Amino acid sequence: MAATSPGPRLAAKTSRIVALIRKEGRQVLRDPSSFAIGVVLPLMLILLFGYAMSLDVKHVPVAVVLEQPSSEASEVAAGFQLSPYFETRLTRSMAEAEELMLAQKVDGIVHLPADFARRAAQGDANIEVVVYGVDANRGRFIQAYAQAAIAQAGVRRAAEGRSDPTAGGQAVVESQLWFNAANDSRYFLVPGLVVLIMTLIGAFMTSMVVAREWERGTFEALFVTPVRTDEILIAKIVPYFLLGLGGLLLCLGSARLLFDVPIRGSILLLVAVSMLYLLVSVSMGLLISASLKGQFLSSQVALVVTFMPALMLSGFIYDLRGVPLAVRLISYLVPARYYVSLLQSLFLAGDVWSVIIPNAAVLAVFAAVLLALTRLTTRKSLG
Amino acid sequence: MLSSLLRIAALIRKELLAILKDARTRNMLLIQPVIQLLIFGYAATLDLSNIPYAAFDRDRSAASSALLAKLDGSSAFQRIANITDPDEMRRLIDSRRVVLVVQIAPDFQRRLSAGQNAAVQVVADGRNSTTAGAALGSVNAAVESFNVDWRRDHGLAPPPVRLSPRAWYNPNLETRWNLVPALVGTITMMSTLMLAALSVAREREEGTFDQLLVAPFNPAEIMVGKAIPAMMIGLTQSTTALLVAQLWFRIPFAGSYLTLYAGLVLFLLAAVGIGLFVSSISATMQQGMLYAFVTIMPFALLSGLTTPISSMPRVIQAFTLINPLRYAIDLVHRVYLEGLGLDRLWPDLWPMAIIATVTLTAAAWMFRNRIE
Amino acid sequence: MTAPVIVGRDLRKRFKQRAGGTLDALASVSLEIAAGGVSALVGPDGSGKSTLIRMIAGLLSADAGELTVLGIDVAKDPQAIQDRIGYMPQRFGLYEDLSVQENLDLYADLHGVSAAVRAQKYPRLMEMTALGPFTGRLAGRLSGGMKQKLGLACALVRSPELLLLDDPTAGVDPLSRRELWEIIAALVRDEGVPVLISTSYLDEAERCDHVVVMHRGAVLAQGRPDDIAQVAAGRTFRAAPRGEESPRKLQARLLADPTVTDAAPEGGRVRIVCTTAPGDAAFAGLALEPVPARFEDAFMILQRAADATRAKMSTGPAPALRAEQLSGGVKAEVVVEVRDLVKRFGEFVAVDRIGFEVRRGEIFGLLGPNGAGKTTTFRMLCGLLTATSGTLNVDGADLRRSRAQARRKLGYVAQKFSLYGQLSVAENLDFFASAYGLAGAARRRRIDWVMDEFALHPLAGVLGGHLAGGFKQRLAMAAALLHEPDILFLDEATSGADPVARREFWGRVNALADQGVTVIVTTHFMAEAEYCDRIAILDSGRVLAQGAPAEIRSHALTEGNPEPTMDDAFIAVVEQARAAALQGRAA
Repeated sequence: MAATSPGPRLAAKTSRIVALIRKEGRQVLRDPSSFAIGVVLPLMLILLFGYAMSLDVKHVPVAVVLEQPSSEASEVAAGFQLSPYFETRLTRSMAEAEELMLAQKVDGIVHLPADFARRAAQGDANIEVVVYGVDANRGRFIQAYAQAAIAQAGVRRAAEGRSDPTAGGQAVVESQLWFNAANDSRYFLVPGLVVLIMTLIGAFMTSMVVAREWERGTFEALFVTPVRTDEILIAKIVPYFLLGLGGLLLCLGSARLLFDVPIRGSILLLVAVSMLYLLVSVSMGLLISASLKGQFLSSQVALVVTFMPALMLSGFIYDLRGVPLAVRLISYLVPARYYVSLLQSLFLAGDVWSVIIPNAAVLAVFAAVLLALTRLTTRKSLG
Repeated sequence: MLSSLLRIAALIRKELLAILKDARTRNMLLIQPVIQLLIFGYAATLDLSNIPYAAFDRDRSAASSALLAKLDGSSAFQRIANITDPDEMRRLIDSRRVVLVVQIAPDFQRRLSAGQNAAVQVVADGRNSTTAGAALGSVNAAVESFNVDWRRDHGLAPPPVRLSPRAWYNPNLETRWNLVPALVGTITMMSTLMLAALSVAREREEGTFDQLLVAPFNPAEIMVGKAIPAMMIGLTQSTTALLVAQLWFRIPFAGSYLTLYAGLVLFLLAAVGIGLFVSSISATMQQGMLYAFVTIMPFALLSGLTTPISSMPRVIQAFTLINPLRYAIDLVHRVYLEGLGLDRLWPDLWPMAIIATVTLTAAAWMFRNRIE
Repeated sequence: MTAPVIVGRDLRKRFKQRAGGTLDALASVSLEIAAGGVSALVGPDGSGKSTLIRMIAGLLSADAGELTVLGIDVAKDPQAIQDRIGYMPQRFGLYEDLSVQENLDLYADLHGVSAAVRAQKYPRLMEMTALGPFTGRLAGRLSGGMKQKLGLACALVRSPELLLLDDPTAGVDPLSRRELWEIIAALVRDEGVPVLISTSYLDEAERCDHVVVMHRGAVLAQGRPDDIAQVAAGRTFRAAPRGEESPRKLQARLLADPTVTDAAPEGGRVRIVCTTAPGDAAFAGLALEPVPARFEDAFMILQRAADATRAKMSTGPAPALRAEQLSGGVKAEVVVEVRDLVKRFGEFVAVDRIGFEVRRGEIFGLLGPNGAGKTTTFRMLCGLLTATSGTLNVDGADLRRSRAQARRKLGYVAQKFSLYGQLSVAENLDFFASAYGLAGAARRRRIDWVMDEFALHPLAGVLGGHLAGGFKQRLAMAAALLHEPDILFLDEATSGADPVARREFWGRVNALADQGVTVIVTTHFMAEAEYCDRIAILDSGRVLAQGAPAEIRSHALTEGNPEPTMDDAFIAVVEQARAAALQGRAA
C-alpha cells in the first residue's frame, strides 16, 4: 500500500471517473426518457416562452359606446381607435356593448353618454369605463390607459387653448421604462425560461437517473468495485452539468437570434453564475434521489420541490414584493429566486455588482451545503 | 348487464384502495393540492403592495410634498429613500432596491400655480415589465387623485372629464380572484391526467393487466373502471380547492354548484381521456409519466392561466382549441365569478365533450388493439 | 491448508419492515469458507442468503458480530474488500442500454484493467461465455441466460481474489445453467479463485465443495454435501407404482403419510424420504428399494425439522379445492387443442407451427430454454396475444375471440407475481372474486375456503408486495382458483421459489388434476416435468419432442447413462435438434 505513489492512484481515479462519465453519456443518448427531458422539453419550453406566451397588452378588444356623436365624444373615441393597444368596436348603446362583453367579445367598455358634449362644456362630464374583471391584470390596464388617454386629451386641449384658461394646469406623469424601453414581456420571460430549463435538467433529470440506478440494481454491482463514492458523485454531476450548459447556450443563442432579447451583461459572468446554479440544482436532484431511491417518487418530489417553486416562487412571473411575509420567507429557501435576480440583471441591466455579489454568494452557499449533504447521504451501502 | 356493473364496481373499489392506501400517495393527492393552492394563491399576485420607491424631489414645495404624500398614503408604495442626485437614482434601480424613482422638477409648483401642466418623471425598472407596468398604473392613479385635490383646494373647477371606473365580477380587480379559481382546474387536471396515465401503465409493468384481461373483463369495462376512480379523486380535489377559495381566500361564489360540477365532470372526462390515451401508448410507468409531463406542460402554459390566450400568436391560439384546460378555466371563472348558467356555457362545454369523446374512443381502441 | 477467505462470527442483522415490526434477516450466523473450491449458500426464500452475501461484499453492515473477508475486517474497510473481489448481484447489475462490449469495458475501466491484460482476457471471456458474436448488442436485448453470463464476465474482467454470485441461476433454463457451471468449474480449476454462490437449486449445491444450509437467518448445517447427506442415511428409498397408479398419484398418497418426510417422482418411480427408519407395515404393498442418500434428502429433513410450524403439505386424498368433482369419466375428452400455431413479431417467428392436445384432468408441461416460445404460446392460449395463423381451441372456444364469459372457465397464474402489491391479501382475493362475478355469501365462502387451503388467514392484512416469495406464489394460486376454473394455466409458477415451496405447489397441482382440472404448466425445472402426465419440449418456436415423461427420457438413453434424468433428456433433445438445424443450414 505504502509503495503506491499518489501519481498512479490519481490516474486510476481519473480513469474510473472518465469511464463512468462515458457510460452516463451513452445512457443519455440512448434512453428515450433522458432525451425527452434533456433535449425535447427544453426546446419545447424555448418555443413556448419565446413565441407563444406573452404578457404584453396589445390589441385589447374594447367597445366604445358612442350614444350621440359629437366632436368631443369622437375625440375620445378616436384616442382609443388610434391606439395600438386596443381594437375598438363602436356601438350605439350600452346594452349592445354589455352583450358583447358577456360573450367575451370585448374586455372593456368605454361609455360616452348622450350628454357628454354638453356636460363637458360645463366642465362636468363623466366617462364610464367598465372592465371585465375576471382578468384583473388586463382590467387594470384598460382603466389605467383610459385615465391616461383622458388626461392627455385634457393636455391637448390646454395646449390648443380651447379650454378655459382659468382651468389651470395639472401634474402629468412622464414615464420611462429602463432596461426594457419597448415594454416587451419577452425581456423577462426569456431569462425566466433559462431558470426553468436549468432546473429541469439539473434537478428533475438528475433525480431520475440516479434513482433509476437504485431501482434497477445497477448500483449494487457498481459498488463492489474499486470505485469510490466521490467518484460516483462526480461522474453523475459532470454529464448533467454539461447538458445543462448545452441548454444554457441554446437559450442564450435563441434569446439573441430568435427573440431579440439583449444580453447587456458579460456572457462570461452569465455562464459563471449559471454554472453555480446548475451545481445547486444538480445536487438537489442527487440529494432527492439518494434519499428516496425510487424513480417515480423522486421525480414527483423533484417537480414539487424544485420545478414548481422555480416557476412560481422565484420572482420570475410573479413579483415577490407583493406576497405576504410567510410566502416571502419560503421564497428565500428557493435557490431559483437568486438565480432569477442574477439573470434579469445580467440580461437586461448589465454587470450590476451590487446584485451579482450577494446573490451569487447565496447560491455558492447553497451549492456548498447541498453538495456536502449529498456526499453524506450517498453511501456505498444498501442498508 | 348487472354482472358487468358488478365487475366495474369491483374495479373501482380496487382502484381506490390501491391509490389511497399508500399514505404518501394519499398526501400527494389530497394535501399537496391545498398547499399548492395556498402558496400560489399568495405568491401569484400582480396586485402590488409596498412597492419600494425613491423620491427625487427637486422642488421641495408644498405641491411636491402633497404629491409624494399621495403616493405614501396609498398602500401600494413604500418610500425607502429620498435622493438628491441622478447617480443615486441609477444605483438604487440597478441594485433593485427600488422599483421606481419619482422625480419632481424644480418648477413643479410654479407651473401648476401658473395654470400650466407640470411633469412628474417616473423611472421604472423594466427587468420585470409586469411589475413596472402595474406600478406605473398606480402612480398614475395617485397623480390623478392629487390633481383633483389640488384643484379643489385652489378653488379651480374639477377636471372637465371624470372617469368612473367599474369592474364587473371582480370589483377591486384582484389577481387572486382570477388565479385561484383557475388553479382549481389546473391542479385537478395535473393529478387526474397523471393518475389516469399511470394507472394502466402500472398494471402493465406489474403484470396485473394480463390478469385483468384473462378475467371476464372487456376493454370497455376496464376503461370505465379506470376512468371513474380518477374522476372521483379529481372531483374531491376540486371540491377541496373550491373550499379553500371560498373559506380561506374569501372569494365569493356567484354561480350554481350544480352547473359548476356538471362542467367539471365533463372536463375531468376529457382529462382522464387524455390520460388513458397516454397510458395506452406507454409500456412502463416511466414512459407514462414522461408523456403525461410533456402533455401537461404545454397545456398548463397555454391555458390562459399565466398569460392570456388572446395575446398569443394565431397559430398557437389555434392549438389551444384542443386544450381542455383552456375551457375549464374559462368555465370555472364564468360560473364562479360571473354566475352564468349552463345555457351560456355552451361554447366551453361542447369542445370538452368532443375532446373527451375522441380521447376515450382512441384509448379504448388502443387497449383493444395494442394488447400485445 | 491456507487461511479461510471468509470468517463470520455471530452475525446479526435486523431490518425494519415497512408495515411495522422488524425482521431478523440474520440471527447469529457463524460460518467459515475455505480458500479453495466452490461453496454454496442454500435455503428457502427469506433465509438470509442475499443478506449474508451482501454483507460479505461490504454492501450491508452487520448489527453485531465479526466478519473477515480475505483477512480484512469488513466493518472497518469495506472498500479494501470491494477493490479485490468480484460480485454479481441477483439482478446481474448490467446497464441495459449499454452494449455487451460497453458493459465489459466499463467494469474493466473501473477495475483498472490495463490494455495488455484486456487483450489477453477478453478473448478468453468471450470464448467462455459464447458472447463473442453479440458484443455490439445492447444488454437489455439479451436473453436471461446471456445476461447472466455477461454479468459473470463483468465480475471476472479482473481476476478477483474471491467471487460472490447471488442466485445467478434463478429463472435460467437448464442449458444456460449447465454452461454457467462449466465456466465456474473452469475458473476454479485454472485460476483457483474461491467462489461463493447462493442458489435454490439443490442439484447445484450438491456439486459444490462446501455447503451452508440456511433457514430463517440461521445456519442449520455446513460442510461437504456428502457429509450433510448422511443426515438422511438409511431413510431413503425408491418405489415403483403398481398397476394403474401413476407415479404422481403414488407420491400424493405417500406424502399424506405422517411417516414420510418427502416424496418426489423420479424416472417413473417415486423417491421417498422417511421420517424414521420405516417399519414394513407403513408401506404395505410397495417394494421399497433402498437408495443412497442425497444432499436434497438431507436438506428436506433439515428444513422440516427446523420449521415445525410450516404447514404440512395439504395434499391429502381429497383436498377441497373444488366444490364439486368434474365429471371424471370423460377423461379422454380433448380440452385444449392447438394445430399449426404460428406467431410472428415482424420478421421474427416466435412460434413456428406447433401443435398439441391436452385432455381433461391432464397435467401438461411446456418445457424449453429461454426464448423457446413457451410464454408466447401460453399467452395465445389465454387470449392475451393473437395468433398469426393456426387453430387454437380452449374448451370449445377461441379465447381471443370469445366473449368474456368463456374466460370464466380458466385460471391464470403469470410468470412473475402479478397481483396487486399495494393491496392486502384479503383485498386481492376480494377483488378477483368480484371480478369473476362472485358475490355475497358465495364470495365469502370461497375466499374463506382458499385462505384455509393456502394457510393465508394469518396474512390476510399483509400487503401483497410485502409477502415473501413462496407466499406470493400461494396467493397467486389462491386467486386463480377462487372461481373454480376448469382449466388452469401456470406460467413459470415455480421460478425463483424455494425447494420446499415447490414441493407444496406440486402437491396442490396434483390434487387439482385428480379432481378433473386440466393443468398446463411451463417450467424451467426439468425435474418438475416428472409431475406431468405429458410434456412437450420447445426450442426456437418448434416442438422438438412430445410425450409422457418416460418417452422423453428415453431420448437420452445411452449405454453410459442407463437412467437419464429429465435434465439429461432435455439437453439431449435440444442439442440434437440444434445440431440437425446446423447441418440443414450447411447442406
